[in-house]
Amino acid sequence: MRWMLRKDLLILGRSRLLIALLILYPVAIALLIGFAISRSPSQPRVAIVDETPPGETVRVGSQRVSVSQYAEALFSQVQPVKVPTREDAVARVKSGDVLAAVVIPPDISAKISSGTEQGELEVIYNGNALEQSLVQSEIGSALAQANLGFSAQIQHAAAQAIDLLLRGGDLGLLGAPGRLIGLREIPPLLHRVIANQRPGPERVKLERISSFAEFAAQNLDVSKDVLSTVGQPIRVHSTLLRGRRTPLDTFAVVVAVSVSLMFLCVLLAAGGLALEREEHALARLLRGLVSREALLAEKALLAAGCSFAVAFAMLAGVSAFVALDWGRAGLWVLALAFGSVAFGALGVAIGALAREVRAASLLAFLLTLPLVFLALVPAGAVSGGFYDVISAVSFVFPFKAALQALDAAVNGAAPSIGASLVHLAGLTLVFGALARVGLRRLD
Amino acid sequence: MSPVLSVRAVSKRYGELEALKNVSFDVDAGGLVAIIGPNGAGKTTLLSIIVGTQTPSAGSIELNVGEVGSRVGWAPQSPALYSKLSVAENLELFAHLEGLPDARAAVERMLDQTGLRERASERVGRLSGGNRQRVNVALGLIGDPPVLALDEPSAALDPAQRDRLWSFIAGLAEAGRTVVFSTHNVAEAQRNADRVIVLAEGEIVFDGTPSSLLAKGGEDDAGDLERALVSFLAQLSDSDALSR
Repeated sequence: MRWMLRKDLLILGRSRLLIALLILYPVAIALLIGFAISRSPSQPRVAIVDETPPGETVRVGSQRVSVSQYAEALFSQVQPVKVPTREDAVARVKSGDVLAAVVIPPDISAKISSGTEQGELEVIYNGNALEQSLVQSEIGSALAQANLGFSAQIQHAAAQAIDLLLRGGDLGLLGAPGRLIGLREIPPLLHRVIANQRPGPERVKLERISSFAEFAAQNLDVSKDVLSTVGQPIRVHSTLLRGRRTPLDTFAVVVAVSVSLMFLCVLLAAGGLALEREEHALARLLRGLVSREALLAEKALLAAGCSFAVAFAMLAGVSAFVALDWGRAGLWVLALAFGSVAFGALGVAIGALAREVRAASLLAFLLTLPLVFLALVPAGAVSGGFYDVISAVSFVFPFKAALQALDAAVNGAAPSIGASLVHLAGLTLVFGALARVGLRRLD
Repeated sequence: MSPVLSVRAVSKRYGELEALKNVSFDVDAGGLVAIIGPNGAGKTTLLSIIVGTQTPSAGSIELNVGEVGSRVGWAPQSPALYSKLSVAENLELFAHLEGLPDARAAVERMLDQTGLRERASERVGRLSGGNRQRVNVALGLIGDPPVLALDEPSAALDPAQRDRLWSFIAGLAEAGRTVVFSTHNVAEAQRNADRVIVLAEGEIVFDGTPSSLLAKGGEDDAGDLERALVSFLAQLSDSDALSR
């Protein structure tokens, strides 16, 4: 095996394009991931056209809430780009300068103040179906946050108006003349009046009015809590059932490294074995010079070694942008080693089926690309039966197990790394056996 | 003199197709044996079984050289070479894989023997077809095998390259090496072989000298072996038809 390994390293070293790819690929991917994660805008860039007159307010009882507060709440959810007119906003959306535009119309305060109509905003967006979906999701989320903030302002104003009704005072803004008595003050006053009344129908009427005033004061007090509940009926409290929460950025790193590991390893192993056939050397080797098992092991280990080095370099490169715990580097090595050997076994199984390098490369690419997508489909995104099929397919190929092993190694995510490593070892044996059967076709 | 190579009742089946039927012959040391016959006669299958890249359905191959681990040297029709390695690197790799105690010395010997010393450091992918075939034969010889099997050794070579290759092969036989080769080119067999085995439909239908095949085909000693072979096969076909 030593001489075959030396020969393959010599050939690999003379394939300048391949060497350049092996060096540049991890560097490029590491930089791309790093920049994408460290410089990605956390908020969408949105053009905002505020057509409301300056100082416009929404009247809530005796209180007034400035419409500009709504705009500010919206600005805090997006990267706002203030533009003067709707036409400017449309132009910026068309040019791609902004993801979308939000137009706040001049009549929004009148509609909200009416108490019978909802205020309406116009959202302008562009792009293909995917971009539209993204924009709808991003803007919908931003508007929901802004609505929530504005709703809190209105609740606050409404609560102040209720307080005024309960305590009494100057209710001129509600159209009441002069200083009025508060609802809470009415029952004790009536009690005193009733105490001086002789029993009879008049006293009964006064007692009924007193009971109503007491009931009204108590319930109007409660209505402030009701307003709060109506404004945000459900609050979310999150509980994670399994494992540690994996930050999205480090999970993105794990996915990128796993994908690179798989592509490089499978392509190298499949291409390496197919090259022996393409050069017509396989028959010469297998007539007693090298055993089939040794040949397969040599190709798988060479591919695994190269892709392991590339993947580890990627992790090291990405760690310049994303905080990775180098204290877990031993686990990274384990996950990458088991993953790369399993991918190597898959690669030689593909190489054993193909007669030439191009066919092997195409087959490897066609087989591995869908595995990435299948492994990343979350439960609940598709129907239960289809998800079971996807899970079964993902289980019999090494990508998902390698991804889980690396996620566990880098992020401490569930399932445990041990289970994933055992899974990868099993798949290595299965694909190794398939490759061995594939080589029998020479007979 | 005991034969160096014995083919004993070899048959090969591919499903329903019987590619070789009970083929037996012996080859003595220093022999230069041509295996000829029409397309599909089983020439390549027979050579593949002799060199060990295929296993027979029945029968056996015996190499009577008294050395454990000896195998027939092989130069396949399509040169089995690594195009990104140099001539010397290809030779050295296979010398190591053959388990030779002094791989470097074997490489030097083969470079001298095949006249490839000047091309030793040149990558095989840049060699001419003739030189590639010489490297291909050199790889077959690197383990110093008692018998060398060549499958269509001159296919895809121009006349000058063919001439040089056959001079080289003749030199091997003169030095005592047994050479068995298959060829479509009957004229080459007539010029270079001292024995001709004719295969037809998986069976040996003739085994003798080129002169005796000429005689069987109704040609004199200076006649055309190809014409004689065609005539001989036609006679066989007629007698088969009569026997049915």
